[in-house]
Amino acid sequence: MELKFILESILFSAQQPLSPKELRDLLATAAEHDEEGTAKPFKKTSPDAIATALEELAREHNDAARSYRLVCVAGSWQFASEPEYAPWIKALVGHRNRPTRLSQPALETLAIIAYRQPLTRTEIEQVRGVAVDGVMQTLLERGLVEQTGRAEIPGRPMQYGTTSAFLEYFGLKGLEDLPAADELRRIPVQKPESLLTVDPGLATAPPEQLQMQEQPAPEPPKDQPESQPSA
Amino acid sequence: MTEYKVKFEVFEGPLDLLLYLIKKDEVDIYDVNLTQLATQFIEYIELMRMLDLEIAGEFLVMASTLMYIKSRELLPVEQQVTVEGEDEGEDPRWELIRQLVEYKKFKDAAAQLQALEARQDSVYPRLPVKPTFGQEAPKDRGSVSIFDLLNAVNAVLKRVSHREDLRDIFEDKWSVSDKIEELRRLLVERGTLRFSEIFARAESRSEIVVTFLALLELIRLRHLVCSQPEQFGDIEIARAPMPPSAAEAEPAANNNHLGAAQQPAKEEDTSIKTLST
Repeated sequence: MELKFILESILFSAQQPLSPKELRDLLATAAEHDEEGTAKPFKKTSPDAIATALEELAREHNDAARSYRLVCVAGSWQFASEPEYAPWIKALVGHRNRPTRLSQPALETLAIIAYRQPLTRTEIEQVRGVAVDGVMQTLLERGLVEQTGRAEIPGRPMQYGTTSAFLEYFGLKGLEDLPAADELRRIPVQKPESLLTVDPGLATAPPEQLQMQEQPAPEPPKDQPESQPSA
Repeated sequence: MTEYKVKFEVFEGPLDLLLYLIKKDEVDIYDVNLTQLATQFIEYIELMRMLDLEIAGEFLVMASTLMYIKSRELLPVEQQVTVEGEDEGEDPRWELIRQLVEYKKFKDAAAQLQALEARQDSVYPRLPVKPTFGQEAPKDRGSVSIFDLLNAVNAVLKRVSHREDLRDIFEDKWSVSDKIEELRRLLVERGTLRFSEIFARAESRSEIVVTFLALLELIRLRHLVCSQPEQFGDIEIARAPMPPSAAEAEPAANNNHLGAAQQPAKEEDTSIKTLST
């Protein structure tokens, strides 16, 4: 018997997502209660071996292109339907209690926390350029972020990070599963060598544009006919 | 002052507005003409002021940064004053562009999260119910009569009988109504209780008796039901499936096999005597 199919059968009947560790415990329990000896060989399967088998199984389900997949959310595995079949499942199970969608500020703040965690409120505000108090309150209340500790800098401010509820909400396997994760981590934005428009002391804008306007324009600024950047 | 104040929420902040202005001009962030951007930004702030929108402080900070950048460009390098004690520091233009690039990246990341959120709305995990093979049949066999209950409580009473010191008289610490409340609370919390559980913490005969009376009263009012899932097993107490209000409306229709439980709660003292003999 193959490990991956044993795992498949367990996950097929499981009432909740299971982690490789939980699956290992199940394999051990099955081996203890088994009298015929078929479960014995899997008694000491390592969580790593289980994870590998699950990955393979997930790939197989993916290749089969059926209406459901084996997915890993926040480190635990389960079967889930593909999004395009939602209309029919919705008709079957009725209204589902999903919390309301997050607002744009909330999503931006959450993105910053997710990629840069752990970080302080001030650090979030530095990136966003606006205060985040209200948004943070929402995110904390919804359990998507939590306090993870204190920064060892003057004042020892609170640091924040995302929770496993965050991973579940977005259907992510783990933080490494975030889109373009490596690019947005703590690597600072590289200063380009020669891209800056002008050197100090060289005004590039035409004089008329540099004049102060006494009367502000009553309508929103239209596309300026003036010069395009020189670069 | 105008009565109506509109909160300017189109832009998430000065960086958002700057990104919008850059996007409108269809230029790369690194190639942006900051002096031109400064003019546009300030025009926007003027517009917001005219529309009597509340301008958040961050917008003004950004406006002043832009004005500073713009003013620097008006002066030749050799005439620029370096403020004493203040390090030359980063070029303010680079600082602003760095901030914009960074903010843009997270804005894009937020859009990706939004897409994931929308996708996740349509993903349904498979959550089977726990298989309940043949659970229905034993439930019927397991219905409990008043004699089962009496036997059970008798067993519990025997357990404490030797412990009680009969020479002292204590005031009654427990009343039937208190115990009813406690049982109800426990059932709400736990769903089901086992018969032995509700007497586990009982300290004396009288407490056991009062608890038992509370149990009988709740059964009479059809607030809860007792069952015995397996023979000689513990009796299980669960909340009645029927709404209790409907049952209270017709107290005459008492369960026939629990007829003995009709002792009103007020006659506490007599019933204790009856049961303890």
